[in-house]
Amino acid sequence: MGSVAVDVRGVSKRFRLYHEKYTSLKEKVIHIGRIPHEDLWALQDVSFDVKEGETVGILGRNGSGKSTLLKCVCGVLQPSSGEVVVRGKLAGLLELGAGFQQELSGRENIYLNGSMLGLSKREVDRMFDDIVEFAELGQFIDNQVKFYSSGMYVRLGFAVAVNVDPDVLVIDEVLAVGDERFQRKCMDRIKQFQKEGRTILFVSHSPDQVRSICDRAVVLSDGQMIGMGPPGEAVRLFRERLLEAGDVLALRVEQLEPPAEASATEDGGAPGETADVQVATGHLAGGADHVRPIRITEVSASYPEADRRPYLLPGETLVVRVGYQVAEPTDNVIFQIDVRSPDGSALFQTDSEILGLQFDAPVGPGAVEFHFEDLPLFDGAYDITVGIRTPRGMSDWREPACRFEVMNPGRSTGVVALPCRVAVVPQEPVAP
Amino acid sequence: MALEAPAQPPDAGTIGNASALRTPDIVAPGRGPKTTRVVSAHSSIGQRLAAIWESRELLVYLVRTEIKVKYKNSFLGLLWSMLSPALNLLVYTVVFGFFLKNGMPNFVIFLFSGLLLWNFFSLGVLSATGVVVANAGLVKKVSFPREILALAAIGSAGVFLFFQVIVMALFLVLLHNTPAWSLLWLLPVAFIPTAVLGSALGILFAAVNVYLRDTQHLVTVLVGSAWFWACPIVYSYSETAHNFLALHHLTVLYFLNPVTPLVMTFERVLWNHPGLVSLTTFLPTGKKHAQAFILPSWPATTYLWADAAVFGVAAVILFLAMVVFGRLAGNFAEEL
Repeated sequence: MGSVAVDVRGVSKRFRLYHEKYTSLKEKVIHIGRIPHEDLWALQDVSFDVKEGETVGILGRNGSGKSTLLKCVCGVLQPSSGEVVVRGKLAGLLELGAGFQQELSGRENIYLNGSMLGLSKREVDRMFDDIVEFAELGQFIDNQVKFYSSGMYVRLGFAVAVNVDPDVLVIDEVLAVGDERFQRKCMDRIKQFQKEGRTILFVSHSPDQVRSICDRAVVLSDGQMIGMGPPGEAVRLFRERLLEAGDVLALRVEQLEPPAEASATEDGGAPGETADVQVATGHLAGGADHVRPIRITEVSASYPEADRRPYLLPGETLVVRVGYQVAEPTDNVIFQIDVRSPDGSALFQTDSEILGLQFDAPVGPGAVEFHFEDLPLFDGAYDITVGIRTPRGMSDWREPACRFEVMNPGRSTGVVALPCRVAVVPQEPVAP
Repeated sequence: MALEAPAQPPDAGTIGNASALRTPDIVAPGRGPKTTRVVSAHSSIGQRLAAIWESRELLVYLVRTEIKVKYKNSFLGLLWSMLSPALNLLVYTVVFGFFLKNGMPNFVIFLFSGLLLWNFFSLGVLSATGVVVANAGLVKKVSFPREILALAAIGSAGVFLFFQVIVMALFLVLLHNTPAWSLLWLLPVAFIPTAVLGSALGILFAAVNVYLRDTQHLVTVLVGSAWFWACPIVYSYSETAHNFLALHHLTVLYFLNPVTPLVMTFERVLWNHPGLVSLTTFLPTGKKHAQAFILPSWPATTYLWADAAVFGVAAVILFLAMVVFGRLAGNFAEEL
């Protein structure tokens, strides 16, 4: 370790975006000199190095230049300026099975692909059995690859790339293929690579993956490298950049319109016409003409350091505040709250009745607060849904009412931050 | 540049961990001094030639792939590469032997000796022109010297040349046409400039075609037809072209076509009827056979120097083609 395996020096890449693509002579002549185009800098002066034996992840949003960078490292694209110096044999997995010839058998493709990765026939001969075994193709190895299932196809592609004994492995989001078992096998192989002191450079959309296997990570944003550091740090930077960019993950405290009931109640039985009311109408038990006695005015999430950073750390306390407006006195009001995971599944559901709060609401504004202590959640943006029930039915419902984000500075991954520690069990010394 | 090789391969110490799936002998030896590769906007021709040389095995595989794929689903397979020229020759024998008699003894051999070389040249250049576009998927995702694709097209044309040579040998025996044994060495002398010229044009057109798809059509017309008729393949230089050219002072222009001397070399060696030739057609008046010059009566050295000159020209074009290709290749992946 110590010497540099991949040295990216001031790499910039400019793409010309033509508004229309003229590839025929006639069109080029007609539009000569004034072919409208914009310059798009997919990479701007990116410099970093990857030490031998290091695993470096590349994080970034779609279009931030991740794949362009990998293509420059692999040599598929030439940088507009700057250079990449790669020391040792490089195997690039930009797309699994990219070099396959449909008409040839799996066996022939292994040799063809191997030679594309710079192997001699003898070297492929030596690894052939390993490759077939890893790809789990068995007797299908002599069938034409055009008859392969997509799973077999990618397995063969991955098997060739990882068995060619590269010094540097470059992977572009191709690990999300195959069944779960094969994915695990791929990850095992990658970890074995790490143990063998090989260098890995890979792009991932999953901060969890970066956290669990990378030594360092590079964060790209709009073609610029905005940071490089330990994975936890890099993931934090990546998330913060997402938040700044106003992506969906942003924490939003929904400031609801001031209650529209002024008009709604004056109209008496008339159905509410404002958009605000219409959204909620579907969820109301009493139907459209039902006058809602109590309505949500505001839902907000807060936590100790909310003014300093737009996310929580696992184990911090989250307070969800539900403001409401009561139009007519109601007994037995129940506040319901759901927490949903980033993929939309319900993580937690409860209401004030279950939590032991019996509440009769007088006319006027008010608020309740839900306290989540030691929030045991990992990375992600979580949605909160809030509803108010009365004995006569659902009175109001906000979905999603607000959103909060959790960022994990540590290296564990998963959904739930289970409290966990590890220790060596002391052994009784065995008498000889 | 961190070039100093570590005293030990970095993974040498960790082989113990690594032996779960791979046998240690794969990991440990054979990973000697590591190659350093630079990806940048400017790489010299020397570097690219070195890269092409490194990938020569890939070249062989690509040629094999193309030939395999071509005959993959046909019953007779590779046999077709000999069967189709043989059948063509049979057709020519019938057509020129019975219907379009021109009096040249063994005209089929004359025709085929020129065609051999021409087919290699034109098939190579034509298929090389479209090869980068046709392999867009590969070019966008896999890194290798792109010139290899064009060279593979020339290479597979060379393989077909080989099969045609076998057919040619067969017909030479069948038609009792003895080649000039003492001049056989002129065949490679003519073949090498053809290969270099074909590679040069193939590389050039392949690159230009990525940006200007008209190239494909243009080359089909120019190389496929116009250039073919500019060479003395179907007609003979001395009998048909010489007087006309001399009359209009076009002889120099005619020989500016680099393929002409190469084709004539093949005709000289394989057809082997130099000097005055008795035609097989009778003069209307008497029993005497008409006589004519079909090939110029040049000594072997003239052919040699003419072919050497073509080689020089081809080498210059190849250099220029490499320069152009190098300039254009960097953006292939985004243009395709």
